[in-house]
Amino acid sequence: MLKEPSAIPGFGLAFGYTLFYLGLIVLLPLSALVLEAAGLGLDGILRIASEPRVYAALRISFGLAFAAAIIDSVFGLLIAWVLVRYSFPGRKVIDAAVDLPFALPTAVAGIALATLYAPTGWLGGLFAAYGIKIAFTPLGILIALIFVGLPFTVRTVQPLVAEVDREVEEASATLGASRRQTLLRVILPIFAPAILTGFALAFARAVSEYGSVIFIAGNLPFVSEIAPQLIVIKLEEFDYRGATGIALIMLTLSFAILLAINLIQAWSRRRLGGV
Amino acid sequence: MSKRLVSKRPVPPPTAATERPVTRLCLTAVALAFLALFLVLPVIVVFSEALAKGVTVYLETFDDPDARAAIELTLLVVAIAVPLNLVFGVAASWAIAKFEFRGKSLLITLIDLPFSVSPVVSGLIYVLLFGSQGLFGPWLEAHDIKILFALPGIVLATMFVTFPFVARELIPLMQEQGSLDEEAALTLGARGFRIFFTITLPNVAWGLLYGVLLCTARAMGEFGAVSVVSGHIRGVTDTMPLHVEILYNEYNFVAAFAMASLLTLMAVVTLAAKTVLEMHYGDALARTTRI
Repeated sequence: MLKEPSAIPGFGLAFGYTLFYLGLIVLLPLSALVLEAAGLGLDGILRIASEPRVYAALRISFGLAFAAAIIDSVFGLLIAWVLVRYSFPGRKVIDAAVDLPFALPTAVAGIALATLYAPTGWLGGLFAAYGIKIAFTPLGILIALIFVGLPFTVRTVQPLVAEVDREVEEASATLGASRRQTLLRVILPIFAPAILTGFALAFARAVSEYGSVIFIAGNLPFVSEIAPQLIVIKLEEFDYRGATGIALIMLTLSFAILLAINLIQAWSRRRLGGV
Repeated sequence: MSKRLVSKRPVPPPTAATERPVTRLCLTAVALAFLALFLVLPVIVVFSEALAKGVTVYLETFDDPDARAAIELTLLVVAIAVPLNLVFGVAASWAIAKFEFRGKSLLITLIDLPFSVSPVVSGLIYVLLFGSQGLFGPWLEAHDIKILFALPGIVLATMFVTFPFVARELIPLMQEQGSLDEEAALTLGARGFRIFFTITLPNVAWGLLYGVLLCTARAMGEFGAVSVVSGHIRGVTDTMPLHVEILYNEYNFVAAFAMASLLTLMAVVTLAAKTVLEMHYGDALARTTRI
């Protein structure tokens, strides 16, 4: 196994235990999914995908995750920029708070958001006055997905904002570019790959999110029922195959979308000459 | 690799390469308003709902035997899952950071795998293994062993979800430190575990602490995976986040948010500890994007 001999002891023990534990906790359970999926076959998976309720849930999950990831990308860029470039009191505390959606258990986020945006809640009440319902509608799901994805978009762009060479901006200014031209045509292209990475991470997280969504969603089939919720429902009905089918479709679609984003990213890196 | 993004940077003097003060003020205001709306308000709402009927009622909710059982179960799960993942993290990072072997990047990818699996799917795989119609279901039933809807299932799902945390913190840290110290100890006659405990461990102690912290926070708060395998038996297989759900669905909002306030405190402490550790050991700790 070893490529070069090493004087340091313990390779056999450490490596062996790593493989054993990895196999037991991660690979064995995941192989159960593969095995069950193999039993379904392509036919079975397509049949599950074409069930109207499953199709609707997948469309809701992927559509709203996409929208949430776009909103997160815009605000993530803005927040990263403001946190790195500007100074204001409490900047460090706010920087730390950006990670809150990582640290806060999803169920807690779920009930807090549902309470805030319910028609009787602090924010929901404001909107209810104009006849807009947020909680228990797809709009509520969108809010929860924006919440869980935000740290990904901030944290992937932030290091780049800190690293970008300010001389580039100064050069652009001395050549007569307005600030807006510099931002849009010099800075934004440099950030583009990081923004895409952040988008992809936020999207992947949003598609698979369960805990923070189910409280605010209302879980009405065909309207506000997300795909992970439908997996849980299928499991409660002991429909293991149906649950596996949805899980597999979700994994495949996510993988395809992430692959596409990676390809776009590789292309934009080549075009910009490895920024 | 980690950089202290915020603290190090002096604010540059106004030049042609910055925005006008008005623009800056507007952008800052929009960013802060967005953060206040999405991050700060939810935390405030947890405590305001928990204390809506006063401190006495808040404290009384913890006298409920089911609430106690949920807290005890969560602590028990953490006490089993976190040390096991800690031992694994140390073994994996020792093998990966100190040796060159074939398939190393594949191994790192596999260790990261649980991060990219949906929480619900993480629960689903254990149902497929141990459920009544699962692979080992009939055998387990014949031998009267309960894994699903019992403590072992909850522990396994938690271990799966928190699997990468410690390893992920330790691998880059150990890789950066190389093995010169260990080789020096070796020439001085130290052996295996002695080298690890007196040389390696003190070098990576802060990273280890950080990984354990993240692992514990996630293990306490995991909802989706545990929800699938727990069976929601009140007072028996209800962890803290699951108990929050039950109370909330019963419209017992004070009790639900009281339990949630404990988990929120844990999250805030985790973030505070993370910030402090990063401030003091920022260059040594990998800035993770996942908790």
